[in-house]
Amino acid sequence: MAKITLENLGHSYMPNPQAPSDWALKQLNLDWDDGGAYALLGPSGCGKTTLLSIISGLLTPSAGRVLFDGQDVTHLPPDQRHIAQVFQFPVVYDTMTVYDNLAFPLRNRHVPEADVDRRVREIAEMIDLTHMLKKRAAGLTADGKQKISLGRGLVRSDVNVIMFDEPLTVIDPHLKWLLRSKLKELHQRLKITMIYVTHDQTEALTFADRVVVMNLGEVVQVGTPVELFERPQHTFVGHFIGSPGMNVLPCTIREGKAFFDGTAVPTATESSLDAVSGRTEIGVRPEFVNFADKGVPVRVTKVSDAGRFRIVETRAGEAVIKLLVNEGEGIPADDAHLAFAQSHTQVYRDGWIVA
Amino acid sequence: MNKTINNAAWIFVIPVVALVAFNAIIPLMTVVNYSVQETFGDNVFFWHGVGWFQDVLESRRFHDSLLRQLGFTFTILFIEVPLGVAIALAMPRKGPWVSVCLVLMALPLLIPWNVVGAMWNIFALPDIGLLGRGLNALGFDYNFTRQPGDAWFTLIAMDVWHWTSLVVLLAYAGLVSIPDAYYQAAKIDGAKPLAIFRFIQLPKLKRVLTIAVLLRFMDSFMIYTEPFVLTGGGPGNSTTLLSIDLVKIALGQFDLGPAAAMSLIYFLIILLLSWIFYTLMMRNEAQ
Repeated sequence: MAKITLENLGHSYMPNPQAPSDWALKQLNLDWDDGGAYALLGPSGCGKTTLLSIISGLLTPSAGRVLFDGQDVTHLPPDQRHIAQVFQFPVVYDTMTVYDNLAFPLRNRHVPEADVDRRVREIAEMIDLTHMLKKRAAGLTADGKQKISLGRGLVRSDVNVIMFDEPLTVIDPHLKWLLRSKLKELHQRLKITMIYVTHDQTEALTFADRVVVMNLGEVVQVGTPVELFERPQHTFVGHFIGSPGMNVLPCTIREGKAFFDGTAVPTATESSLDAVSGRTEIGVRPEFVNFADKGVPVRVTKVSDAGRFRIVETRAGEAVIKLLVNEGEGIPADDAHLAFAQSHTQVYRDGWIVA
Repeated sequence: MNKTINNAAWIFVIPVVALVAFNAIIPLMTVVNYSVQETFGDNVFFWHGVGWFQDVLESRRFHDSLLRQLGFTFTILFIEVPLGVAIALAMPRKGPWVSVCLVLMALPLLIPWNVVGAMWNIFALPDIGLLGRGLNALGFDYNFTRQPGDAWFTLIAMDVWHWTSLVVLLAYAGLVSIPDAYYQAAKIDGAKPLAIFRFIQLPKLKRVLTIAVLLRFMDSFMIYTEPFVLTGGGPGNSTTLLSIDLVKIALGQFDLGPAAAMSLIYFLIILLLSWIFYTLMMRNEAQ
């Protein structure tokens, strides 16, 4: 159990990084509270696995420090950091039984056999493997093997953090949900810090209390799922999270007001808009866009049915604006106008939110 | 799914059947034919039943060469397989040295059998060869043309030199195909290098090692050219392996019947032992 602090951390796979793009992980400061359920979310190649490997000790960062409860562990090997990791592809020791797999980390640490037995049975009970303890691990299905990987982390009583590197990639869709709720349940029961790496927003948002969103080696936002949804700090978070993602529309600022396509758009940030310069955009989620009598004039180009609601795609000049319309509500054929909910319309400068 | 019945397919199989018949079945059948007949020359043959088989199986000479053959094969297997795995483990996985190591390892495999025999013959000659002369200079009484022990030592050293590379290359291919996650998981689980070898590398190498053992077993059991060039089966009969003995009977004495019977027995032994090896090494796969 420990609080993990990343201090001025940065990593490059090149011996002599010069340009910012040489860094797989740009400088970041981040705290992971003890007992939290975190998700690390981002597209492939954004540096999330690099970050994970640095925390687990499989990789030594080019810059900065990793602290566990204030203690510098930057140069400690993984086995001395008391961490556990579940990998993308299930890692089991093929020739051993399920029991021996679970006992392996304890036996390597010379734990007395009686304690090993007690602990293995306890954990097997928790992850529903009791009836297979005598089976050879190689014979299990992918989800069973992932459970073993998880179990090998859980058996050690001194684990600071369990990390999951896209653990559900090879699991059948109908089992994904089961395993994910199992994880959630285990987290609530054991209060171990868990860090869950994924590029799937559903996995991240359903698992985590706090989500760390990364892009291009940078942390763009840390927040609860609700914060990510309602107040994306960056347009990237806006369109990466949500389905469909946030509408990001170019705008101009005049007299403290945001104008899109010649129409004034009331935003949540009106008071401080005067000083804003650079590339400005407004962001509003499809959930907060409605048809109205007046507002932004658009033409409807596409309607797709998503069950309880319809996703309507409209065009205003070059820009595409999507909105959700509940079942049963009408869609104007022509002369349509859109209104944006003011409290959920944000202004972004060069991608970042204007507070 | 229903299979389509189409007898025209047989036409496409005929070339392969003909090829296999000409290069395998027909030659084998002529051997079967010789093995049950006796001749006194003039191409006149008499039915002899299983007589030749009985003779061969009861002959002291056959027993001796079979024992020598088994001794040779198992000795080189016990040396080459562990040595090959050890070298593969020591080889680098990344960087410019990988290709250097691979080329060095592949070199012995590219040399023809009779050249290897001739090379080692000269290399080991006690009066002019580097190895022979060197050993004698160091105070060892080494002469592979006179002392059976020395002849065996040279024979085994030659085979190890020639063929360990094959095991190395196969084992290396097996090792590099193990995903990094296994090593990372083992690190996190606190496994020591010996445990990593025992529980990750060895199990993952099982398939390639099965192939390596089978190939080395079959090849060494049939080995002819290298020992023939190196020792010619001598001194005395001390390094007369099965194939050398067979050639002596068939071509030296021109006893076609016994030679044919011996060939078939030889073939069946290889088949049987290969099957036993394979079954033993794969017996856990089904579970």
